[in-house]
Amino acid sequence: MKKRKFEELFFRILMVLATILVAGSFFLIVGTVFFKGFHYMNLDMITKTPGGGFYIGKEGGVLNAIVGSFYVAGGATILGLLVSIPVAIFINLYMDGKRFLSNTIRMAFDVLFGIPSIVYGAFGFLIMVYFGIRASLLGGIIAVTLLVIPILVRTLDEVIRTVPFELRDAALSLGSTRWETAKVVLRQIRPGIFTAILLSFGRAIGDVASVLFTAGFSDNVPTSLHEPAATLPLAIFFQLGSPVEEVQGRGYASALILTIIVLTITILSDILIKKFSKHKI
Amino acid sequence: MNFRLLKDKILSKLMLVFTLASVSLLVIIGIGLYYKSIPIIHRLSWSELITSSIWKPLKGLFGFFPFIMGTLWVTAIAIVIALPLCLLTALYIVEYAPTRVKRILTPFVNLLSGIPPVIFGVWGVLFIIPLIQIYIAPHFVEFSTGYSVLAGGIVLAVMIFPLIVSIISEVLRTIPQELKDASLSLGATKWETIKKVILRKALPGIIAAAVLAISRAFGETIAVLMVCGNNAAVPHSVFDPGYPLPALIANNYGEMLSIPLYDSALMFAALLLFIIILVFNIISRVILARLERRLAA
Repeated sequence: MKKRKFEELFFRILMVLATILVAGSFFLIVGTVFFKGFHYMNLDMITKTPGGGFYIGKEGGVLNAIVGSFYVAGGATILGLLVSIPVAIFINLYMDGKRFLSNTIRMAFDVLFGIPSIVYGAFGFLIMVYFGIRASLLGGIIAVTLLVIPILVRTLDEVIRTVPFELRDAALSLGSTRWETAKVVLRQIRPGIFTAILLSFGRAIGDVASVLFTAGFSDNVPTSLHEPAATLPLAIFFQLGSPVEEVQGRGYASALILTIIVLTITILSDILIKKFSKHKI
Repeated sequence: MNFRLLKDKILSKLMLVFTLASVSLLVIIGIGLYYKSIPIIHRLSWSELITSSIWKPLKGLFGFFPFIMGTLWVTAIAIVIALPLCLLTALYIVEYAPTRVKRILTPFVNLLSGIPPVIFGVWGVLFIIPLIQIYIAPHFVEFSTGYSVLAGGIVLAVMIFPLIVSIISEVLRTIPQELKDASLSLGATKWETIKKVILRKALPGIIAAAVLAISRAFGETIAVLMVCGNNAAVPHSVFDPGYPLPALIANNYGEMLSIPLYDSALMFAALLLFIIILVFNIISRVILARLERRLAA
């Protein structure tokens, strides 16, 4: 009897400790980055592009990488939406009575979601070589679009499935075509679309492996699709590899900037999800 | 009226094309990577590529064995650390935690999953590397820089926490309350119920979560690359540096086109990753889909 109680207590303590470790790792990571990055943070970092001696520790900032990242992530999310909204609608509204097929397609997207970004990067590189595109903003956007399509489809699919069947049936029974019904559904899930956008944008802005071969790197803010574009994660990676202490420090500060951007996006989408579920019919 | 029907028809075909195109990406990626690795597969055979340990691209020798071992080491370390911790965490969140604690905990798991890989890498360099170099390694080996498969494994473990916790929690929630009640009413303690009823019932789901986490760990690139040491030799202890496949691809894209067959070799590495991850993903997704169906029935 005593042994049983002891075992119960033992594992209970173990569980609490494990939970503290798992949830605490978030604070450990963000804390480390804040602690190290804050010291090197200044206004120049986010308002200036790298100056002449930037890589030996002279003046400048990472504006090029911040803007580049927003371009790549924004472009990829927009392109990704153009593909994934039709896909999500098709699976849910045009495949009635083909449950097996639609579930197979869903699983295919789940598997695509599991493909690592380095493979998307390598494949994006192949596409670029095939079409003769050099490492550029366009190349980066193509590779990252492939990366975010599964995220967008999965999220949109989940959101559309929360729309009550009665709503579709009502629309259909009033004589509207499936496309017109789709428009009704799309209106219902508008906050869900924003959530999907934020999720995809957050993933896209933080990813390195997919832009490594495809977007290139540049000290200037890109002015056209065919120019190479710096991205923030890649800038962090390069700066950390530098032997100059000042440059490494800027790497920490850049990491802080990226962390803040991504956390803001995640928290925003969390709030949106809560709001969304509150107003759901 | 006709126009509306026509519009519906055209749009439906268009959406079908989009759907098929994006699903077939799965096949096209495989074909594309295979096509690009043909030169190296013809030159050296599959078995030679996978089992040889000699990596001298300038002499045309491409043995992937050290990189495959590097990948296996970091992945194994990551899963050994992460799975027990995450299982305990998921059990706590689902079975024990009061609602208020649950509501506080869930967002942090969520936030952790949103942190970009490169930040994990920075954290690894700033926190894990010194930890290993100064506090852990001296107890076991004479000297370690800290850049090791252990560092890669720890960083990866933290990266896969959210994935494992969320999947296992979901699986645990599918276990019917009646089963638990039956066990408890027979006088079993809560832990005995977990051990003998819940875990047994949840086993397929836990395996699926582990397989999915392994495949995620296989493909993780930048964070591992930053802490793993990147030495093209088979690691013999957890304090040895390793060189996983994704790191190999990422580190050498610059020279890829200047050495003959190098690009083909790197595409072969990507193909290997793609195949392994594809198989693992399909296995775990099939298990999870089956569980979901059981729940619906």
